[in-house]
Amino acid sequence: MSEQKNRQEYWKANLKLVALCLSIWFVVSYLFGIILVDQLNAISLGGYQLGFWFAQQGSIYVFVVLIFFYAFRMNKIDRQFDVHED
Amino acid sequence: MDLKTLTYIVVGATFALYIVIAFWSRASTTGEFYVAGKGIHPIANGMATAADWMSAASFISMAGLIAFLGYDASVYLMGWTGGYVLLALLLAPYLRKFGKFTVPEFIGDRYYSKAARLVAVICLITASITYVIGQMKGVGVAFGRFLEVPFEIGVLVGMGIVFIYAVMGGMKGITYTQIAQYCVLIFAYTVPAIFIALNLTGNPIPQIGLGSDMADGSGVALLDKLDMIVTDLGFAAYTAQKGTTLNIFLLTLSLMIGTAGLPHVIVRFFTVPKVSDARISAGWALVFIAILYTTAPAVGAMARLNLMNTIQTGEVGAVDGNLVYAERPDWFKNWEKTGLLKFEDKNGDGRIQYYNDKNDDFAAKAAGFGWQGNEMVKVDRDIMVLANPEIANLPNWVIALVAAGGLAAALSTAAGLLLAISSAVSHDLIKGMIAPDISEKKELLASRIAMAGAIALAGYLGMNPPGFAAQVVALAFGLAASSIFPALMMGIFNKKMNREGAIAGMLTGLLSTLIYIFWFKGWFFVPGTEMAANSPDNWFMGISPESFGAVGAMLNFIVAIAVSKVTTPPPEHIQHLVEDIRVPKGSAAAVDH
Repeated sequence: MSEQKNRQEYWKANLKLVALCLSIWFVVSYLFGIILVDQLNAISLGGYQLGFWFAQQGSIYVFVVLIFFYAFRMNKIDRQFDVHED
Repeated sequence: MDLKTLTYIVVGATFALYIVIAFWSRASTTGEFYVAGKGIHPIANGMATAADWMSAASFISMAGLIAFLGYDASVYLMGWTGGYVLLALLLAPYLRKFGKFTVPEFIGDRYYSKAARLVAVICLITASITYVIGQMKGVGVAFGRFLEVPFEIGVLVGMGIVFIYAVMGGMKGITYTQIAQYCVLIFAYTVPAIFIALNLTGNPIPQIGLGSDMADGSGVALLDKLDMIVTDLGFAAYTAQKGTTLNIFLLTLSLMIGTAGLPHVIVRFFTVPKVSDARISAGWALVFIAILYTTAPAVGAMARLNLMNTIQTGEVGAVDGNLVYAERPDWFKNWEKTGLLKFEDKNGDGRIQYYNDKNDDFAAKAAGFGWQGNEMVKVDRDIMVLANPEIANLPNWVIALVAAGGLAAALSTAAGLLLAISSAVSHDLIKGMIAPDISEKKELLASRIAMAGAIALAGYLGMNPPGFAAQVVALAFGLAASSIFPALMMGIFNKKMNREGAIAGMLTGLLSTLIYIFWFKGWFFVPGTEMAANSPDNWFMGISPESFGAVGAMLNFIVAIAVSKVTTPPPEHIQHLVEDIRVPKGSAAAVDH
């Protein structure tokens, strides 16, 4: 595979991962925490209403996990396409 | 030992620590001054970023906002954390690969245009200066309340401390002091929260306590109890949504994009050794930020509950259901002295009635109890964090710690902003435009002078805040969201984006957002010049001026892409530059430029 082609494939793999992560990012905050908040509030999580929990706690935890997930996956993809740093 | 002496000792010790760090981490090159020699460990950078990010407002005001807004304050919690996801996925690794010193420098190089760089410098300086005024004010307030020194002296002492470590150490000195400041501020924030959570729910972890049952044996969940208490007094339910869904959605989005576009945050990711470090470092930054941001909702809800319970001691409407004013606790008296808490006995019964008299149904009912209006005529939101330890009867050393924590939060953010301003002046304006041939030694001197000038300006504005100081947060985030973030993102993800498109987009985003804010808040915030009253009926589709940044960003994207389609594509070497920043390989080469 040519250098040029390899880089294009690498970029595509990256964009796919970014799209996946941003979908999750959108779902936990905008969908669960804002748009569907009333519906989810009918469910309770301990003493929390679920929608309220996503808006003030859950979305933040997911954000943290997402960044680490992205970083670890990207390190793998970097190596797979041999574009990693030494 | 009395509280004042103890506070002097705690605050003095933290200041001494910052100065020791400053001497130990002096900067000797421009690389060290601007980006700490790109040698900061990702976890250390994460911690410094967290301190940089969490300002006096996060430390002091946010829990108070949550206490009074309830669910609607979620916009700040999600907005100011979700931006880090955008930063980690869309900007930080690529800008680190680019490997230069400032954000405007990237925009200038990527769009092969000094004009683009200048627009970026103007946005950066406006956003950073408006932001730094609040920090200087925060320093003055913290000194005034806890050490009982005049406001101006407080600001001067704060300026002096920042001067020592920022002028001497630049980014290097700032980074290491920010790490110390993070430790101070997070300790000061969580200790009272743990005590209060334990007190109310029997669970020491505030994040879990907030979702637990009350410890009074009633078996009622804390949040349900709080909903009950506030609705009984005519307020909206704590967990209910009050704003419109569209506005909450756009405000959250504006704050997220704004966070990712604020130059003083972005530049922190220039300081790590590798591209992969930039990604993981954003994760660490968010871990350290999340510790405070997930504790704040607990602090807010519990403080509100304590406040309501202190005043409404018995059944609503019962003659002896309200606190007798003469028997009010000491913290109440202390805060009355500052004017942040005010009581007015409207019905002359010697008891305090705190309820929502704007709610007509409840006000009519209250009149039946012999209540003649809400008697807590002023409850400043900032009290919630500052008075929390006193309300919960915590020992004096905790109160002293809160003072040191508030100062650490304000100073660390001020330093980060001042560095962004001074490097824009010395690197983008002087080295980039006015005197490109300047030697490194002279540039380093220029950056130190610019830093000293920025500190003096920030201190002056902190002491004489322009009338619009409270309005400017919307402006800072609006500018970052509508102009800087889209330009950076398209510079990386759209290879064909050219100079014409980027400049047209930035100006569209900038002007549309500015005009929308000024339309409702007055031109340049001059009172009386607003074109329409700032109320939801007048807003375009119910979008508040604070929420418009996201719309401005969308306009920016649309205009930029449209213009780039009909103008000449960027030159070959720029397209190669974009291809190059997309791969991590070769990042070490960019260290010495």
